[in-house]
Order: sequence, then C-alpha cells, then structure tokens
Amino acid sequence: MIYFDNNDTTPLHPEALEAMLPYFRDKFANPASLHSLGLETESALDEARGKISGAIGADARELIFTSGATEANNIAIFGAARARPSRKHLIISTVEHASVLNVARRLEDDGYRVTRLPVDGQGYVDPALLRDTIDDDTFMVSIVHANHEIGVIQDIRKLAEIAHEKDAWFHTDAAQALGKMPFNVAELGVDLASFNGHKLHGPKGVGGLYVSRRTRPKRLMEGAPQEFDLRPGTENVPAIVGFGRAVEIAVRDLPDVTAHVKPLMKRLAEGLARIPHSHLNGPPPEERLLGNVNVTFLYIEGEAILMHLSNRGICVSSGSACSSKSLTPSTVLTAIGLLHEEAHGAIRFSLSRFNSSDEVETVISKVGEVVDLLRSMTAFVPELHSERMGAKSFYRKR
Amino acid sequence: MAIKYSNKVIEHFMEPQNVGEVEGADVIATEGSPACGDMITFSLKINPETRVIEDVKFRSFGCASNIATASMTTLLAKGKTTEEIKRMRHRDITKSLDGLPAVKMHCSVLAVDALKSAVHKWEVNHGLAVEEKPELDRREVWKALTDVLNPRTGLSLVEAKVVNNIEIEQDEGRVFIEIMLCDLDEMFAEAMEEEISEHVQALPGVQKVLVQFKRCEHSSA
Repeated sequence: MIYFDNNDTTPLHPEALEAMLPYFRDKFANPASLHSLGLETESALDEARGKISGAIGADARELIFTSGATEANNIAIFGAARARPSRKHLIISTVEHASVLNVARRLEDDGYRVTRLPVDGQGYVDPALLRDTIDDDTFMVSIVHANHEIGVIQDIRKLAEIAHEKDAWFHTDAAQALGKMPFNVAELGVDLASFNGHKLHGPKGVGGLYVSRRTRPKRLMEGAPQEFDLRPGTENVPAIVGFGRAVEIAVRDLPDVTAHVKPLMKRLAEGLARIPHSHLNGPPPEERLLGNVNVTFLYIEGEAILMHLSNRGICVSSGSACSSKSLTPSTVLTAIGLLHEEAHGAIRFSLSRFNSSDEVETVISKVGEVVDLLRSMTAFVPELHSERMGAKSFYRKR
Repeated sequence: MAIKYSNKVIEHFMEPQNVGEVEGADVIATEGSPACGDMITFSLKINPETRVIEDVKFRSFGCASNIATASMTTLLAKGKTTEEIKRMRHRDITKSLDGLPAVKMHCSVLAVDALKSAVHKWEVNHGLAVEEKPELDRREVWKALTDVLNPRTGLSLVEAKVVNNIEIEQDEGRVFIEIMLCDLDEMFAEAMEEEISEHVQALPGVQKVLVQFKRCEHSSA
C-alpha cells in the first residue's frame, strides 16, 4: 500500500504511540485529582504543554488543548467575536478550511459582516487587499497558514502586522503548517493559532490553540475550569501525551525530513507534468507546503481516478464534486479560478517522511496508466470546449 | 467521503462493458455537461424494421457510478425495442446494480435520459416522431423536476413532495421555482440548485430559472 494522503491524516509515529500506551493502562488518573496518581498525569499534561509551547515559541500558559484544529478554530473565531462585542466585522480568505468558512457563515447569519479575501491563480492572498478592507469594526483577521489542498503558504507575518494596525486580533489555522515548516508565534506576530495532532504523525482527536497573553477569547462550552478556563472537560491525557511527543519529534527531525521529502515532491510534480493535459494546482513545488502536490488531469473525473489508483494500492484524495459530501467542487480549487470541469479532475498527492522515491516512481507510472484508461473512454470532447479551457502550461500563473 | 458501492457497481466500474463507439452508428446522443462533471454519450445501432437496439456503446466523463451505470445501461438496452426503451426507468438500472448510494442516484437518471434522447433523435431522423416543441407550462417544468433527485434520499423532488411553487412568466421565459429545504439538506442546496437549473433550462422557451429554497424547521424525507 502506498499512502499519499498525508494532508488528510498521517500514520501515528511509533515513538508517539509508545509514549501514549502507559496512559491507557496504569497512568489513567484524572489530572485534576489531588492524589498521587492524579499528580502523575498532571505532570504528563504539563510536559506535553511545555514541549508544544516551547516548539512554537510560546509560554506554556498560552497553549490550550482541544479535540482538534476544528474546535480550536471555533474557539478562536466565535470566542473572539464574543470577547469583542462592539466590533462586528470578520476577515477571512477564500481558501480557508471548512471549520473557518462555516464559522464565518454562522456569524454572518447572526448579523456580522464577513469579508472573504480573494486569492490569485496560485492561491496567495494579497496583503494590500487586507489593508483595503480592514477597518475599526474588524474584530479578527483569520487566514490559514498553509492550505490543505494546494499547499500555498501565506505571508502570515505581513498579514498579522496589517491586522494589528487596526487593533484586530490575528488568528491563523496552522493545522497543516506545524511540524512541516519552522513555526514561531513571536516571529509571525499572531495572536491565536490552531493546531492538531494527526497531521504530524500524532493521534487523532487532539489539537491545540495558542492564545497569546494579549488576547482572551470567550469559552464556548461551560463546565469545570480546565485549560485555563477556556475549554472545560477532563483532558484526553493519552492523546495529549502522543501529540506532545509527535511535535517534539517533528521539530527535531524537520531538517532531515525536509531534505528527504522536498526532492520527492519535486520529482512527483515533474513526473506528472509529463502526462499531457495536466496542470499543477497551487504554487510551484519549491514554494509549497512540504509534501503537497495537487494536479488536475483534464477530461476525466477525480473519483474515478482515485478508485482506480486505490485498486492499484495507492491512496490519494480528490477535489472533485463527485467525491465531496455536498456534490460541489472544492471551494479552494474554484477560489484559484478553476472551472468546475478542471476541479473535477484534481487529485491531491500528499507525502510524508515515511514515503520513498520508489513509491514516487510507482505512483507516476500508475497515474499515467489510469489517466490513459479513463481518457480512452471519456465522453468529454476537448475541441467542443476549448474556448472555455484554453491552453495552459503545467504551472499556473499567479 | 468513503462512498460504499455495491460489488456490482465496482465490477462494472473496473471492467465496464461496451465502451467506445458503435461502428457505423445510426444515432449518437450526449447528455450532461462538462461543468457538472457528468456526461454520458451513447451510440446505437437500431434495426429500422424491428426497431430493436442491435448494438450500443457508451463514453463517460464522470465518477465511478457514472461509468458503472452507463455500462449497465448498455447491457439492459441491447435487444430491447425503442418502445421498451421509452418505458425504461432509472430504477431499472439501479436495481440491476444492486442499488446506488442516494447521493449517486442522479447518475442513473442521466444514463436513462441519454439513452432515451438517442432513441428520440433516431425516431425524429426516421420521421417516426416530431421534434417536440411543447408550450412552456407548469406540467413541463414539473416533469423536468421528476429528474432532479435529492442527493441525500435519492428521491426526486416531485416524489419527495418538496416542490412548493412553480411560476412561469411566459413572455420573458422566466421560471420561478420554490423548493422546501429541511436542515439535513442544507449542504446540498447548491448542488440541487445547479441540477434544477440545468434540467429546467433545457426546456424549450426557458430563458432564466430562479430557484428559491424555503427553509423548513422540521426535517422530512
């Protein structure tokens, strides 16, 4: 089995699993308990908090644990709206994850003004547009750090700086970024940042929110005062321990993993570029999120490609409407200007430290095989639609 | 999302039957559009005496179930008369495939539409039918909506009794359609709006389709 779907979720690192196991067995106590067993899990919690906050350049009191990045995004944005009730304007981008897009939509239903900053052909937000749209009513600017589908990395430092000129809080969804690139909250100047465990070889069901001392969102759930009174509920200790260990490993190994994965993604993109009528979605490989390659194969549909690859032992994902829950194409792909029929043939390949160059070669050849097979039976007649699609090179313009 | 297909569907997707184009086809018809990512083309050989479909092949631009339904449709169509084809329903195909997920039901509607449209085209070419030019009326719109399925339930909007209102402005060719939408279907609003527009827009005389959803509090089938 070749697993090229690491932007979706990653296999657990064996060392992270090892670290977790005792907390399922003997070290089961509630970290809030005052007895000796409770003190033991409490210190495990503190240790994980220290590892992660240290890795991102924050103080341990500036990190809360959540069930994942979705919850962290919800607390950050809803919590900021509630904490700053006199301001009624939110700014996001058109390439956000659903857990930001749909929070924004909910706020809009409640009477908030939402600005969705458009992106260019490679997915970049233009900071000048933020400056044009931000005002004294803006309570928050929330822009994703590294995009999950097309791997575009935004200039967070610049965007945060502009947000602060108008005293708006700046939040970034860094679920994909953490562990795959240097990440430091002080250098970036962000007020809030969301993370999760399972994108960096940690466990699922755990994530975190960095909350700088400058800000204080309101909690969304009521309960006991865990997580500095921001997120009630007994902490998921085994998962948090695994998350901490996974971040520690990711930061420790980042130079080696980068040196290993960068050439793989470059080779994959080059190999796929040789397939006729294919286009890379997002920025060129050297600018992208580590491991992410997203390619449209024209005249065929993504779910069909995905299933034929799966039958050949290769796991990828697709931006096609047919493989989405709502039967609509990926919002990220349409945001960078893809036509529906172009988004339909989009396949995301996402690599991790556990992939090899042999696997990359196999994928390149199997994708070619599947694309040929499906194109041999397509009802799509390119000549009839050429005026819509136009001729394009493999790399998209900004 | 992991979509659970029956073994039959997988079988037909992996090894589709009658792919390509019938040599010296008597008629070729395509339904669907690239923008919807759903297209099926059938080419048919029809015996002018017996009106039996002697050969049929397909091409598909679409997902796994699009390919599988087209493949199954060719098997069901071969040997049938044009009259029998006219009586075919999309459920005949889904039944032969041991079912389709609700969200993929529309693929079978497209396949039957494409097949019927080929037969109709053939009949027109042979002077057996006239190019239909029905007046734009509510009945035609209603008929078009029986081909639009709710992706959650797999039922047509008409079957599910969610078509609340149809209004037609004859002069400007404007059609206004109001659909009841329950909470569970909110995620499909955009997809359904596209489907409704596509089907109604295809009716003669229609210039503009306006779809409005009426949100209801209680969910219904």
